[in-house]
Amino acid sequence: MVNFWRALRFTIVFAVLLGFVYPLCVTGIGNLLFPYQAQGSMVTWRGRIVGSELIAQMTTVPWLFHPRPSAVNYAANNSGGSNLGPTNPALIAEIHHNLQVVERQNPGIAVSQIPTDMVESSASGLDPDISLQDAFLQVPRIARASGLSPIYLRQLITNSTTGRTLGIWGEPMVNVMQLNMAIVKQIGTRR
Amino acid sequence: MRFTVAGSIGILAIIAIILGLGIPFGGYLYRVFTGGHSRFEAVFAPFERLLYRLVGVNPSVQMDWKAYLRALMLVNFMMMIFAYLIFRLQGILPFNPDHIPGMSWDLAFNTAASFITNTNWQNYAGEQSMSYLGQMLAITYLQFTSAATGFVAAIAFLRGLVAHKSESLGNFWVDLIKVHTRVLLPLAVVFAVVLVGLGVPQTLLGAQIAHTLQGSTQTISRGPVASLEAIKQLGTNGGGFFNANSAHPFEDPTALTSVLEMIAMGLIPTALLATFGKFIANRRQAVVLYVLLTALLIIGAFIVYANEVGGNPLVHQALGLSGPNMEGKEWRFGPALSSAFVAMTTAFTTGAVNTMHDSLMPLSQLVPLLFMMFNLIFGGKGVGLLNILMFLLITVFLSGLMVGRTPEIFGKKIEAREMKLATVAMLVHPFLILVPTAIAVVTKAGTSSMLNPGLHGFTEVLYAFTSAAANNGSAFAGLNGNTVFYNLSLGIVMLLGRYVSIIAMFAIAGSLAKKAIIPQTSGTLRTDTFAFGSVFVAVFVIVGALTFFPALAIGPIGEQLQMMSHIVGH
Repeated sequence: MVNFWRALRFTIVFAVLLGFVYPLCVTGIGNLLFPYQAQGSMVTWRGRIVGSELIAQMTTVPWLFHPRPSAVNYAANNSGGSNLGPTNPALIAEIHHNLQVVERQNPGIAVSQIPTDMVESSASGLDPDISLQDAFLQVPRIARASGLSPIYLRQLITNSTTGRTLGIWGEPMVNVMQLNMAIVKQIGTRR
Repeated sequence: MRFTVAGSIGILAIIAIILGLGIPFGGYLYRVFTGGHSRFEAVFAPFERLLYRLVGVNPSVQMDWKAYLRALMLVNFMMMIFAYLIFRLQGILPFNPDHIPGMSWDLAFNTAASFITNTNWQNYAGEQSMSYLGQMLAITYLQFTSAATGFVAAIAFLRGLVAHKSESLGNFWVDLIKVHTRVLLPLAVVFAVVLVGLGVPQTLLGAQIAHTLQGSTQTISRGPVASLEAIKQLGTNGGGFFNANSAHPFEDPTALTSVLEMIAMGLIPTALLATFGKFIANRRQAVVLYVLLTALLIIGAFIVYANEVGGNPLVHQALGLSGPNMEGKEWRFGPALSSAFVAMTTAFTTGAVNTMHDSLMPLSQLVPLLFMMFNLIFGGKGVGLLNILMFLLITVFLSGLMVGRTPEIFGKKIEAREMKLATVAMLVHPFLILVPTAIAVVTKAGTSSMLNPGLHGFTEVLYAFTSAAANNGSAFAGLNGNTVFYNLSLGIVMLLGRYVSIIAMFAIAGSLAKKAIIPQTSGTLRTDTFAFGSVFVAVFVIVGALTFFPALAIGPIGEQLQMMSHIVGH
């Protein structure tokens, strides 16, 4: 019986300590030191929040960079991948569909140039980054639709590139929100 | 793309850092649990005295194995009920800005069983089905206490191993409180704040509605993520805030955070081997185990890496695309960090994922499955060490039989009682994987949850029960686990997988503690040699191979053959 009360007291005392005090302290410190990150790295444009730098959003218009395919339609309240196995015919069909979309939007590029990351769905469905190869393939389309010069866009990609961490971790990449914000600042959102 | 030098060095560097931090940390853990003083004693000691008073603990009491185990089971049971009630009632409780309703009884049972056992299998999607209160007061809370429970079980076993004709394994409450105050909480606070700085949100504000660049809206879920993420990794828990787990950019925003998360999950499991070496005062024993287990971890990581960069031949054949398999992967991690994570999350029995295991290439799937079936490539918090010790006992016994000596380990005679208990602890694992898998694949309730057809669908079910029995928690997430059948069966498998072996190992600890330590002679079979270490590896690999090979042949091996013969689907 002594043990019963002790177990109950432990359960409650530690629930308060670990379930309230700890996360609320981290919330306090986090918001004090890193308010932007703590609230989700939200990006503001003309007084409105247009998205998060870390979360891919649906862009289908030709003058913006497109993120990787999403199995959840870029629903940032319902993350996930396709979970299709490597021998599932539905996987081939899905990639085939994504490939057709890329070819339709970017006429003139050869299949052999297209990297797999451009047509295979990400794990979260919200992958905010694309490979340099993916980004450069989109340049002609964006130049045509936005009126910005291909040289400017290539320069933009190069300047926005994040390399491997310490030269060994991750892949060279560009953040799609960062690229698109640069374009929007040049030409407006063109609703 | 093939193997890159950067990718390969990156994988090896992470493992080197884990060992470099883990080994000295093991010395610190030894000092904590043998009553040593810390540099921060002035902070820790008064805080602990306050907690002893609040919980009603007399720290000078010593417990035998039965008293220790009874307290452990009782408080685990009570915390599970507590979490169950939060999950059921979260809809009407505060800290719920996104108005998430309470869980059904079967899902709440599965989730409570999952988190109390350090499994963190999730049949719910965090951002859809868990309020902020549930994330903090049930999930984050149990991620601490379940890790601490496994941890103190291992410490108590080590005390039994080195005790000389004694009954005492220490004081459960003191150990449990000290793991929090001196290990988990300080590490978690620092790691959580670092994660916020690197982009992981930590807020009580509800989901943000964004007006996107092309004029539609997007609802962006967020919450107190960093505080959960820190202990999720440090406690080898693995249950994510979001459905996509560590693949979600809010849980794991950069390559660097992914590296830190891998280091965090490897730190304590690797440290405990050094702690073990200190307890038995035998460095060589720890060195032998470090070398062999690290080698297996590296082999596993590179098998996954090789298969993932090789890409999917069916995609190449049908569509002409060539490149790594990027389905279910995030670009910021690329194939190398994704592959390393697959191997480590199953070696350290964490279960967090930064890539979707369901979409791995067939031979890549073998690695996480085998690591969970072995359950001791370092293994989870505490319980991994217990499994290593269990297989060491079995290896000593087998070697003793072969060379005709009385089996003894670390100066203790191994007798029939210990062997029977170790065998129970060993056999319960394959039993809990294979029997429920067999039941699931012959029933409608089991097969209707599969997402993928054919052999891969079978692997989804095999993976689920392997993950549950190993208290891992990673998933082939295509399987729809939120059905009464899977909620109950996986919940029961997780509970049995956790507690049957803990109970058996405590009984062994109790009987070992009572024995006298006999001095080593020239006739003693030495366990701290690479010869013995190789027998140890051979024993668990052969046991694993014999038990699981038929299931693996139907699953990933069959799928690989299917792929090689270029047959899509059935």
